[in-house]
Order: sequence, then structure tokens, then C-alpha cells
Amino acid sequence: MSALIDLFSVAAIGAGLFFFFAGTVGLLRFPDSLTRLHALSKADNLGLGLVVLGLIPRAENPLAALKLLVVWALVLLSGASTAQLIGRALRRGRK
Amino acid sequence: MTPPILAGLVGAALVGFGLYGLICDPHPLRKLLAFNLVGSGVFLVFGIVARRGAAAGFAFDPVPQAMVITGIVVAFAASALAVALILRLAAASGKVTLDPRAWTKRDDGGAR
Amino acid sequence: MSVLPALDVGLALLVVGVAAWTIAARNLFASVVGYVAYGLLLALVWVRLYAPDVALTEAAVGGGVTGVLLVTAGKRLDALASAEVGVPPGRALKILAGALAALVAGALAWVVLTLPSPAPSLAPAAAEAAAGPGAGLGNPITAVLISYRSFDTMLEKVVLILAVLGVWSVGADAAWGAAPAPLRKVRPDGAMILLAQFLAPVGLLIGVHIFWVGADAPGGAFQGGALLAAMGMVAMMARLAEPPRIDSRKLRLALVAGPAVFLIVGVAGLALADNLFAYPQNFAKPLILFIEAFMVLSIAVALPMLVCGPPNGSPK
Repeated sequence: MSALIDLFSVAAIGAGLFFFFAGTVGLLRFPDSLTRLHALSKADNLGLGLVVLGLIPRAENPLAALKLLVVWALVLLSGASTAQLIGRALRRGRK
Repeated sequence: MTPPILAGLVGAALVGFGLYGLICDPHPLRKLLAFNLVGSGVFLVFGIVARRGAAAGFAFDPVPQAMVITGIVVAFAASALAVALILRLAAASGKVTLDPRAWTKRDDGGAR
Repeated sequence: MSVLPALDVGLALLVVGVAAWTIAARNLFASVVGYVAYGLLLALVWVRLYAPDVALTEAAVGGGVTGVLLVTAGKRLDALASAEVGVPPGRALKILAGALAALVAGALAWVVLTLPSPAPSLAPAAAEAAAGPGAGLGNPITAVLISYRSFDTMLEKVVLILAVLGVWSVGADAAWGAAPAPLRKVRPDGAMILLAQFLAPVGLLIGVHIFWVGADAPGGAFQGGALLAAMGMVAMMARLAEPPRIDSRKLRLALVAGPAVFLIVGVAGLALADNLFAYPQNFAKPLILFIEAFMVLSIAVALPMLVCGPPNGSPK
């Protein structure tokens, strides 16, 4: 059972790391701000979500697991709204 | 090299960068930013003193750590005061600089 | 090389690199953004030094609130002054400054490498304080702040009030008593309002939680207060709240509440526990939480007022 949980953690965190890696490559290689923003928010939302998912079975108690989820939700909220704000500022700048 | 020593060396480097920016950057707000770099470098050096003073069952000496916490807040208060002075200076002189030669030129007109 | 030392080295290089970029960046905004990232990375360094309390303070105050202060200051500066900036120093002065900076950094590095061993420590005294008058405090840092070096902490609150007074008195004479200028001039975006509406209540809860667990776990009055202050600033940036008038009695009471309560309890210690800033046994923990609650209030009010700046406009 514990081996199965370990396998799940490794798989989820590995997938999360892949998204972070892809997001970082996008941030460095994409041509303009909007596409870079897109790459970055993917890394934040999905990558961190998968890392959190992998860490939840390893949390000491349900409260710690809940805190991990809250961290993810807060990053989702701030990431989504700052991406909106940056995108709108970019559009204003272009006009 | 242990992590505390490494962090101490980082602190020393931060003080160096901050000092250079403080002297060489002409923009007053960026001077302030550089000064904050110096401050956080000093805190870091102080922090490794805390880490090395581990005793009495703690992984650190709590006294320097507590003083760094008060220090960070006081540094912020001083920065806020500096920002207010810089903005007032810019409002009075119309120029974004701390260079006294730049304001004396138009002393007859804009200065209050 | 195992994983953790590699992580430490990578983190150290990253912090130094971002700091150098902050100094070298082309414009003020870029360098402020660099500074905020630098503050967060520095918080990670503090975690690696077994200092989660300092890490929380650095992330909230050193990175976040200072970042808002500098961004706001940059915008206000653009609005009121010509873009004329003084000339950068000549090559000779730059080389001289670089040499001086390298000398100071080198000397400091030498000091770090030759620190005395075994290191002097006040930890036993602090442990005694945590077990003694501040009985029942599991977090030694809170014990040091409120019990072992309580006088420092009280005076530090006074410094915050003095800084607020200093910022207010820099404003024009005619504006005294009025409210500071709002943090954002234009009507904020819908995304910003939504963020503030969701974040502020959650952040409020987390701030109070950090203050409450501070007696036994990392956290405390400074970190909780700074988080509450940040939530106030988020609300002001979304224009859901406006800075209060500086002659408001409520505002002034909230500002002095922290040090005043601290001072009153400290002087009362003279009679009740026969020492200045000593707390009576068996009653220390509730008393300390009582003092800290008012300190949270003062910090949460003082930090946004410092960011908002001097009063602006006409008093009514």
C-alpha cells in the first residue's frame, strides 16, 4: 500500500515538475509577453497543482493537507488575476 | 562549507552590491533600494551569528533572530520616511535627483 | 554532492544574481520587481538557516510591503516631476566605488570566515526567559521579543509611530488633517477588485491565525500584523477602501494602542511582579497575548499609513 502511495507521489510530482520545466522553457523562449504569460500561468496552475496532489498523501495530518490545498488555491487566485492585469496592461500599451 | 557560512558570504556580497548601487545610481529611489540591499545583507550576516549560536536545545540563538525581525520592520519604517522626503524634494524642485547642483540653478524660480 | 548542499549553492547564486540585476536593471520599475523577487528568495535562505519567523517577516515586509511602497513612490514621482534624473557618475568614480564595495564585501566575508568558535550565544538565557516569566511560550522568538528583550520591542513600536509622524509632517501645511492620496489614481480593473474581494478575507483569517499560533509555532505579532497590513493595502489598491483622514481619532488610537498597552503592562509589572516589564507568574501567557493583540493592531495600521504617504488635498 505504501509503495503504491509512493509511486503516486513520484508520478504526480514528476508530472508537476515537467509542467514547471515546460513553463520555464516557454518563459525564456517565447517571442512576446502574452505567450510568455500563457506559459507561466500553465506552470503555476497545473504544475503546482500536481505537486500539491503528490504531497497530500505524505501530509502528517488532514489539517496539513488542507493547508497545502489552500496554498494552491491562493496561488491560483493570485496567478489568474495578475495574469489578467498584466494582459490588460499590455493591450492598453499596444493601442 | 556549511550552509550558514555560505549564507554569510551571500550577505557580504549583498552589502558590496548595495554599496556600489548606493554610490553610483543617480536615481534617489534606486539609491534607497540599494540601501535596502545593504540592510538585508547585514541582517543575513547577523542571521548566521544566530545559526552558529545554537545552544540550549535550539537549532539557533533566538536573540539575534528576534532582533533581525524588529530590524526588518524598522528598516521598512525608515524607507517609508525616505520615500516621503524624496517625493517632497521632487515636488519642491521639479527634479528627480539628490544632486544639489541641479536645484541651485533654478533657485530663483521654483524653490520654496 | 547531495541534494541539499546543491540547493543551498543554487539558492545563494540566485539571490546574489537577482541582487546584482536589481542594481543593474535599466529602469526603476524593473529594479523594484527584481527587489520583490529578491525578498522572496531571501526568505527561502532564512528558512534554510532555521529561521522561519524571520523568513515570514522578510517575505511580508522586506519583499511585499516594501515593493508596494517603491512602486507607489515611482508612480507618484513620475506624476509630479520631470523625468530629468541626475547624471551617473564618471568612470573614475564608478571604479573607485566598485573598489570600495569590493573591499567592504571582502572584509565582511573575511569576518564571516573567521568568526570565533565556539560561537557566543544568548540562547540559554533566552531559554530561561521562555521557561520563566514568559511561561508556556513554545516559540522562543516570541519569548525573546515580548519577555527577554521586551523593552526593545516596545521602543521599536514607538519608532514605527515616529516614522508615521515623520511621513505625515512632510506633507504641505495646508493639507494637515486630510487623508493621504489613494494608492491608485485610475479606476482599478475588474480583476484587481475580484482579487481583493477574495484575497482580503482569506488573508485576514491567515493573519490572525499567524498571530495566534505565534506563541508556540513560527509566527507572531509582527508577521500577523504585516499580513493584515498587506490585506488593507490590497483593498486600498482595488479602491474598496480609502486611506483614512489622519486626524481621525480611531486611526490615532489604533496607532498608539500597541506601545501604550505594552508600556502600561510593563509599568504594572513593577508593582505586580516587582520588576519593570516583568509579568506575574501563572498569568504571563494571557498577558503576553493581550499585549501582542494590540501590537498587531498598531502594526496593521502603521504599515499602510507609511505606504500611503503624507496627507493630500484640503482638510474640511
